[in-house]
Amino acid sequence: MLEIRWHSRAGQGAVTGAKGLADVISTTGKHVQAFAFYGSAKRGAAMTAYNRVDDKVIMNHEKYMEPDFVFVIDPALVFTSDVTINHKENTIYIITTHMSTEELVASQPRLAGKKVYTVDCIKIAQETIGRAIPNTPMLGAFMRVSEMYDIEFFKESMKRILGKLPQKIIDANMLAIQRAFDEVK
Amino acid sequence: MAFDKMELQKIEVWDGNRAAAQALRQSQVDVVAAYPITPSTPIVEGYAKFLADGYIEGEFVMVESEHAAMSGCIGAAAAGGRVATATSSQGYALMVETLYQASGMRLPIVLNVVNRALAAPLNVNGDHSDMYLGRDSGWIQLDAYCPQDAYDLNFIAFKVSEDHDVRLPCMVHQDGFITSHTAQGVHTLTDDEAYGFVGEYQPMNDMLDFEHPVTHGVQTEEDWHFEHKARQHNDLMTKVMPKIQTAFDDFEKLSGRKYNIVESYDMSDADVCVVCMGTSVETAREVATEMRAKGIKAGVVGLRVIRPFPFFEIAEALKGVKAIAALDRSSPNGAAGMLFNELAGALFNTGTKALLSGYVYGLGGRDLTKAHLVSLFTELQKNVDAGKVTTPLQQFIGVRGPKLSFL
Repeated sequence: MLEIRWHSRAGQGAVTGAKGLADVISTTGKHVQAFAFYGSAKRGAAMTAYNRVDDKVIMNHEKYMEPDFVFVIDPALVFTSDVTINHKENTIYIITTHMSTEELVASQPRLAGKKVYTVDCIKIAQETIGRAIPNTPMLGAFMRVSEMYDIEFFKESMKRILGKLPQKIIDANMLAIQRAFDEVK
Repeated sequence: MAFDKMELQKIEVWDGNRAAAQALRQSQVDVVAAYPITPSTPIVEGYAKFLADGYIEGEFVMVESEHAAMSGCIGAAAAGGRVATATSSQGYALMVETLYQASGMRLPIVLNVVNRALAAPLNVNGDHSDMYLGRDSGWIQLDAYCPQDAYDLNFIAFKVSEDHDVRLPCMVHQDGFITSHTAQGVHTLTDDEAYGFVGEYQPMNDMLDFEHPVTHGVQTEEDWHFEHKARQHNDLMTKVMPKIQTAFDDFEKLSGRKYNIVESYDMSDADVCVVCMGTSVETAREVATEMRAKGIKAGVVGLRVIRPFPFFEIAEALKGVKAIAALDRSSPNGAAGMLFNELAGALFNTGTKALLSGYVYGLGGRDLTKAHLVSLFTELQKNVDAGKVTTPLQQFIGVRGPKLSFL
């Protein structure tokens, strides 16, 4: 079982990102689950989304999770919420920030000694898609860190999932995924 | 047919709402009268979009409340069409008066209920309070544990509800957010397979058949009211279960997916078991398997059909077990839980010596964790070892503060 927790703000696309990732993984024959904690969250409120991936049918519906990966797609959430909650010894963090990994860990002591990767998904999204929607770049970074799939296969799959959007937006998303894949450190 | 078909992948990653909306499209529902409410909104929204995009030939009726939504469904069903809608929680509560009208008028309507807590305090998350509220309303109630079930059970619902020997409305329940907003792989039917299964709508006593005028929505006082209610109860008690079983059998032939009136998992040699509904059934199954590795012979029983209540089927499923936990996801507010009472009733005159205890859990979406279930199974094993219930008969799981227990 592979488990992922997303830290996001409502409106930044964590749910869409989690569902998109689940969709891609499902095509490779694995079983998936993608869900989120909503409450009555309004746009901008901190929220979390989740992925589970397994070779067997996933029957566990508990919301509690000790994630293998933590994705943080809003740079401020590292400081305003505990992104390390319920972590495991080998939990891997991919965090959106304009800082270097060293600077980030120095500014948030909770991350000390943890496996942390950084990438500026906000900037990448602004420069490619034209809006601060950091979900697809995060998935590009995840492909690099996890080596789950070949990036070309992943981009092809995402093209299908984004299928209903205008071609310009799809192309921009492909660029964003590739840039995050290349830039994550 | 004047609508487009949709190409689906063999496995689609859908949440429960999407799965239900797709089932409504594939069943070619004629009329949806709806008033949206969280977390069921995407079901009727989905139907409306399919309609606007030309995938359905039907009518979407926007109304001013859930009371009006069900009233619209009643009118359309009496007129002679395939009818469905969706609701949750407060909306369901507002529908209650019309729920009794629909079933009493013997109108086949499919209502997707995305289970959610009832205020006060206001809460949008999943529990079974609304589902429990409708259990005496004369509807058939089917329960989904995951998005796949939510998809499949909608087809079953139309098939059973519209049967001329049944003619009773049917609810398909799924857990708010935990199913409705959780995307999982759903094995799909093609449009032709799905429509072939539910079939063309066959009208009966339809008001638009002017050659054969009928009266709907009549008044009967003490002269006839009781006979109508007795007949409705009789049909629920005697006619519905065989029709559900036939529909399950036919559906298995079509899809390979097998549903049972009562779902039993690892029960053949179980010492301890939990009986529950919704997503909890699946989580409990996973924990039961883990308990067996620790030497506790655990099993799980899930209700697939809540109304009519599977009185004999559940007694059969629980025949050999030594300790049973009834898990109610609704506050009984001054009584034992519904499942506890139903199980006690079903088992009382049987030869079982099983120890029965009740648990209230998960109100307002409170997480039922695997850890909770591990302690629960462990507690049941202690009851078996002691030969008696060692705890109070009613306990609360996962509530903050001092441990709460009663009875």
